Order: sequence, then structure tokens, then C-alpha cells
Amino acid sequence: MASHNGNARFLAGGHSLIPMMKLRLADPGHLIDINPIEAELNYIREEGGEIRIGAMTRHRNMLESDVLAKHFPIFFEAEHVLADPVVRNRGTMGGSLCQADPAEDLSGVVTALKGEAVLRGPGGAERVVGMEEFHIGPYMTAVQPDELLIEVRFKVKPGGGSAHEKVERRAGDFAIVAASAALWIEGGVIKDCGLACSAVGPTTMHIGRAEAAVIGKAPSEELFAQAGAMASQDCSPSADGRGPVDYKRHVAGVLSKRALSRAAASALR
Amino acid sequence: MLVSMSINGQTHSHDVEPRMLLVHYIREMAELHGTHWGCDTSNCGICVVLMDGDPIKSCTTLAAMAEGHEITTVEGLEKNGVLDPIQQGFHEMHALQCGFCTPGMMVTGRALIDQHPNPTQMTDYEIREAISGGLCRCTGYVNIVKAIRWAAAYEAAAATGGN
Repeated sequence: MASHNGNARFLAGGHSLIPMMKLRLADPGHLIDINPIEAELNYIREEGGEIRIGAMTRHRNMLESDVLAKHFPIFFEAEHVLADPVVRNRGTMGGSLCQADPAEDLSGVVTALKGEAVLRGPGGAERVVGMEEFHIGPYMTAVQPDELLIEVRFKVKPGGGSAHEKVERRAGDFAIVAASAALWIEGGVIKDCGLACSAVGPTTMHIGRAEAAVIGKAPSEELFAQAGAMASQDCSPSADGRGPVDYKRHVAGVLSKRALSRAAASALR
Repeated sequence: MLVSMSINGQTHSHDVEPRMLLVHYIREMAELHGTHWGCDTSNCGICVVLMDGDPIKSCTTLAAMAEGHEITTVEGLEKNGVLDPIQQGFHEMHALQCGFCTPGMMVTGRALIDQHPNPTQMTDYEIREAISGGLCRCTGYVNIVKAIRWAAAYEAAAATGGN
């Protein structure tokens, strides 16, 4: 990678990069196929109070993972509505995050769960960045040309629950709007919350105001309706073939409320 | 660049442009025209082939990424002049009309039966989910679902010595 002076891209599942090349939106001089090292980067591990997902873990592996189903049911829900089974056989965690498509489901999931991306650079130097830093714009990430996303880490905290809600035009399509929610509830009080909306802004939209509004309170439908209203106000959709702005704001609010309610139900189960 | 892979059990080795897609390698280099090239955007599922037994979209895979792997195309289903049960099922249930989506549907159905723990108990939902990466614009999906179910039942009956 270093020898190509930034004129190269890592190729994993290829289900974002190859379409981008066909559209002439990506034009790398060289591709470095990392599929031969899949064995090293395809894993879902539970260790040291964390879940660690390797960057080359395929969508299908996340959909079928018992470890993820146990700790973060949101993965099953999001993976089930992400593209189709044939695409899920190839596409990867790292590819989804690094494509940074603001309408993509998994980036919302990782944001809601407060995941951290591990980037490895020349000489094996690693740095860890949160999703706030990771997404810097549409299709743009903090990953430098000589770095590779190798892993995403999630802390396992007590009382966790999570859910993903999506409205799309047809099965397997990109979202009109999607909402990803995670809650950690102890003693009847919300200790922590993550809420993200997809397809309603230039990047995956992190709804920080709604998170702050529910932390420290007891879960209730009324509280989640307020949080949904904040998501509706704070997102930044644009009108396109998938709908006008006011419609998307409305859906963002409804889906955020639903995702929070179901996340609470799964936390209290 | 020299790219080698096994297609339907035969080794192929060709010097190709690095940008060549797997679907074009199969059609133009290996000269196997059963695999079709449709939308070129990984939506339609016409180009699905099996790589090491898993269905993949060959229009969104570079030929070089298949280096050293085992590819199965629709031509690889028939053995010694006998149709694979999935092909027989499409015949029995009239699961094709124009035939354009058929190669992708057949290998996808083959993989579903091969990977399902109990193929005769597959729900319609499971079959529909499995083929949701493919689009059929003429027969509708009802007969395709029936064909896959027919193949699963046929194989189960054959395995228990019935039929």
C-alpha cells in the first residue's frame, strides 16, 4: 500500500468498491485483494468484556452469529434487511463501514452500539476511533490511504437491549429511513443510550440530543416519543426519489420511537 | 494477469485484464454461456454462480478474486447426461418461461438445499428469502418455489430408496 502512494485501495467483499468503480466514482490505480487473509480478519469474539468483530466478517456471519444474537439482537435485525442473501455472502463489516454510505444500515448499528473502529497503519501502528470521528462526510471516513480497518469493538455492559427499524421501497433495498437504537437499563433507569438514523443526512446521523434526553430516566412510551421527535427535528434529510423532506423527518421520528421501545423491551427481557 | 480457477471441476487458466469481472471470465474465457449477464449492479441475480458452494454475484466479483477457488455454474449441475434434481424440478413445475433468470435461480436453489439442515422442511419463507437476490420478470416466483421444493423432496425420496 505504501509503495503505491495512496493510489491503491484494499478490496474485501467488493460489493461497494466494485460498484463504485463501475460508476467511475472510484478510480484506484491498484487494488489489493485482502480475501486471501480472510482467516485472520473474519471473526466474532467475546473477550475481556468486549465483542470484537473482524473487518472481513461477512454479513452472513453476523446474521448467523449466536454471540451477536445474545448480546446485540440489533445485528440480526439489521443484517436480515441488508441487501439479499447472495450479497450477504460476500459483503463485509469493514466494507460497509468504509463505504460510509449514509443510507447503509450497519453504520447506524455500529453508531448506536457505540462501537470503535481499530485502524492499523504502516508498521502495525494502531489507533482506535469512535464512529463520530470515523464518519467525516458522505462516502468519507477517517481511514487514511495507508491504513486498514481491521476490527470493530463493542463494550458489553449490563442491561443492554437493541433494535433496528427500517422502511424501504422493496425488500433488500437501501433504506428510505432506518433507525438503530441501543439502551442499557439498570434498576429501571436508562444508564446509557445510542440512537442513529440512516438515509436522513450527509452521514449516518447520530441523534445525541435524544440520547441525552433519555439517560437517567425510566423507560416509557412517552419518553421515547419525545426522543423520536428530537430525531425528527435533528436529522437532515434531502428530497429524492425515496420521498420528500417532511415525510422522511416523520418516518425518522416514528422509527426512532419504535426502535427505542423495542430496545427497551429487549433490555428488560 | 494470469488467473486460474476450477469451473465445474475443470481447471481454467487465462491471461486477462485485472479489471475483468468473473461473469465475463466465465462467459468469454471459459466459454460457458449458461451464466447470464444482466443488470451489472448486483441487483438482478442473473449472474449468480457458486464459489466454494456459496452463491455469489459474478458481476460484482473480479475474476482475480476467484483465483484458486471452485466455481460451479449451471452447466456444472448436470452429471453424466442426467439432470440435477433442481433442473428436473424446474422442468416438472414449469418454473421458467424466458429462461434468463433460470441459471442464477437454479444454482441458488441448489445451494439452499445443500446448506439447509432439513431440506424437506423448508418453509416458503426460507425459499423466498434465499432467492430474494434474484429477479424473475415473467413466470413469477410461485413455480420457482415449487421447483426448489420438488427437488428437495425428490432427493429425500431418492436417499431413502423410494421414488
